[in-house]
Amino acid sequence: MSTLTQIREIVLMNLRSIPQRLGASFVIVIGIGGVVGVLVAMLSMSAGLDKTLTATGNPNRAIILRGGSNGELASFLDRSSATLIKHDPAIARADDGLPLASGELIVVTEVPRRGDTSGANVSLRGLEPKGIVLRPEIRLIEGRMFKPGLRELIVGNGAYEQFDGLDVGAKLKFRGSYWTVVGRFRSDDAHDSELWTDLGTAQSAFGRSGVSSVLVRLTSVDAFDSLKRRLTADPQLNVDVQTEREFFGAQSSGTTRNIGIITTVVAVIMAIGALFGALNTMYSAVSARTAEIGTLRALGFGSAPVVASVMAEAMVLSIIGGLLGAGIAYGLFNGYSVSTLGGNFTQVAFNFAVTPILVLQGLSWALVIGFFGGLFPAVRAARLPVTEALRG
Amino acid sequence: MRRRTDGRVSVIAKYLPLVLSALLRKKTRTAFTLVSLMMAFLLIGLLQAVNSVISGGAEFLGANRMITQAKTSFTQPLPMRLLPQIAAVPGVEFVSHSQFFGGVYQDARNFFPQFAVNPQRLYDTYPEWVLPEAQRRAFISTQDGAIAGKLLAEKHGWKVGDIIPLNSFIWTKTDGSRIWEWRLVGIFDGRDEEWSKRASLMYLNYAQFDEARVAGARGLAGVFVVRVADPMQSEKIAAQIDKRFENSADETKTQSEQEFQLGFLKQLGNIGFILNAISGAVFFTILILTGYTMSQAVRERVPELAVLKCLGFTDRSVLGLVLAESLTLCVLGALAGMVMATIIPPLVLPPEFPIRATADVWLFSAGAVVVLATAVGLPPAVHAMRIRIVDALAGR
Repeated sequence: MSTLTQIREIVLMNLRSIPQRLGASFVIVIGIGGVVGVLVAMLSMSAGLDKTLTATGNPNRAIILRGGSNGELASFLDRSSATLIKHDPAIARADDGLPLASGELIVVTEVPRRGDTSGANVSLRGLEPKGIVLRPEIRLIEGRMFKPGLRELIVGNGAYEQFDGLDVGAKLKFRGSYWTVVGRFRSDDAHDSELWTDLGTAQSAFGRSGVSSVLVRLTSVDAFDSLKRRLTADPQLNVDVQTEREFFGAQSSGTTRNIGIITTVVAVIMAIGALFGALNTMYSAVSARTAEIGTLRALGFGSAPVVASVMAEAMVLSIIGGLLGAGIAYGLFNGYSVSTLGGNFTQVAFNFAVTPILVLQGLSWALVIGFFGGLFPAVRAARLPVTEALRG
Repeated sequence: MRRRTDGRVSVIAKYLPLVLSALLRKKTRTAFTLVSLMMAFLLIGLLQAVNSVISGGAEFLGANRMITQAKTSFTQPLPMRLLPQIAAVPGVEFVSHSQFFGGVYQDARNFFPQFAVNPQRLYDTYPEWVLPEAQRRAFISTQDGAIAGKLLAEKHGWKVGDIIPLNSFIWTKTDGSRIWEWRLVGIFDGRDEEWSKRASLMYLNYAQFDEARVAGARGLAGVFVVRVADPMQSEKIAAQIDKRFENSADETKTQSEQEFQLGFLKQLGNIGFILNAISGAVFFTILILTGYTMSQAVRERVPELAVLKCLGFTDRSVLGLVLAESLTLCVLGALAGMVMATIIPPLVLPPEFPIRATADVWLFSAGAVVVLATAVGLPPAVHAMRIRIVDALAGR
């Protein structure tokens, strides 16, 4: 028999005998399942956050903030700057001839999380009428739009789900007066966690005259460079110009990186623990098969097929464990909604997303643990002297 | 009484060699299981240390200090005119104000917090910070003065007299520039070890800050720090302060400093749930791993256990023997893991992350070990207890 045939036969024979060592095999499956489950669950959190934030924005839109500000909350543009920005020729115009641009004011309000009493920071965005026209992705799913001049709000669906007291018809108290929730909208991006109202109303209630940012629709994607060049070169202005997608993409990077670091630390520690569990299992599997291995060697099987059979067993069990862990993570966490602190020091609501890439990542961890868990026992099996092994 | 203690010692002395020899029977297996246990408890220790910080709160903060913030959000600065009104509330001893400056020194990655404060009011409300008398006075009298925590000054190699440029991402000066230059006039330290560890922030003189910032923002104080004479009255005083500004444009929310700090962590979301979920997954995994090892160890020794019973060991002492073996294994592994969890965080984490495996965490782990050892040891122990000598020796 050629080595390849030997390998195939012995691997299949070994795999068929796994049910006899079910208890031991279980250890590898559970150990690795635990590592992969935790890894995938934690990474699905940052994947979900990233997905929500990068979904925000259209390449056709640009956002203008005060130069050097790290987000909308820290940005202030006075009324004259905002007006000047809106009249740039790169900005598309609506049917009524006015520029498709919206000066927007972000203020932070505290709304309690569901089942909690202390407030979580939620963004309240004041926008101009064109701000709605600019964002065709916004769908009003309940109630109606707010009316300019009245203390009325519409709430994002994510905010509605995460926070308490945001039902249509409910009243919120900020700055000494009551605001009525008149509608609920859905955008499936970062704005889903916000409360929206009319710009003028927000300005008067919060005693602010300027805006935080200006959002504009470009005449075409290519117009962005000329807009950026003109606005940054204008001596009357001190602004940063970014495409909307670029801006929101950058907002998630810090949180995603932190989650990534924590996940890696946790997963590495767990993986070491699981690796030694796997080693135990595979060593005992080898010792249970000592007589069998001796017989095979006496029959003329080489050491390579023996190594292959032990490795194959470890890898197959690891893959099963990995799939189990990823499956549990998917079942428990995919679509699980949470909210955490986003770029503006306010809450971003998002759903955990167990993506195929994460599952693959989990499986590759499983394979690495399985590889090392199988390697040393396999070498020992191959080195067993035939005569001793035959005695069992 | 004395005889009983002696008896117990002799029981341990008698059985310990048996437990140890059982564990050393397969050294590799025991060692591997110990490493698995150690890793599991390292992780559980770390996760619970984080959890205890989040759920337990920061106890070192004086309960006699409260923070008054705008009800809408602490990011919304309160106007300075509220200060005398807060100071007039009965029971309030001192009031100071603090505005987050948001400055970046050299590189955004070395971020540290800075607050614009009134120096004298800072000293009154935070007696925990100590600095030499001359520097204390210099901070009061230097318009563009700043004082830095000792840890921060050491990190950046600052000396008194240095000019420190900060690029604020929030505050613009009247000339449109965002680079603010501050003259370092003092370096403060905590009055005890707990506070020394937190000396990594910077205070800026509000006088310069308010004069130089754009006119529209002038007169805003930020949040107020209220020090009360009697901590027992703080809740009542907080309610009185908030009542005073009710239904005005600047409604306030007053809470203890501890609650205020916890609010920041709570913003991150339901972390406790995630930490406990991971701890649970780790615990379950290690339960299966160790459980298997123990049951295998007992299965292999069935004839030996039968011999013990022949020699006169009772069923109960065999049960005890196997349980003791499981407990020893789990305790050794957990101890190693917890020692690592206690030693590592202070070495790798900067002092502003007070993540420590405290007594609470050790207690939690001790509970976990007992549960683990019982769950892992009981099934094989009962199996060992039920062994019938004839069957075992006959290999049935």
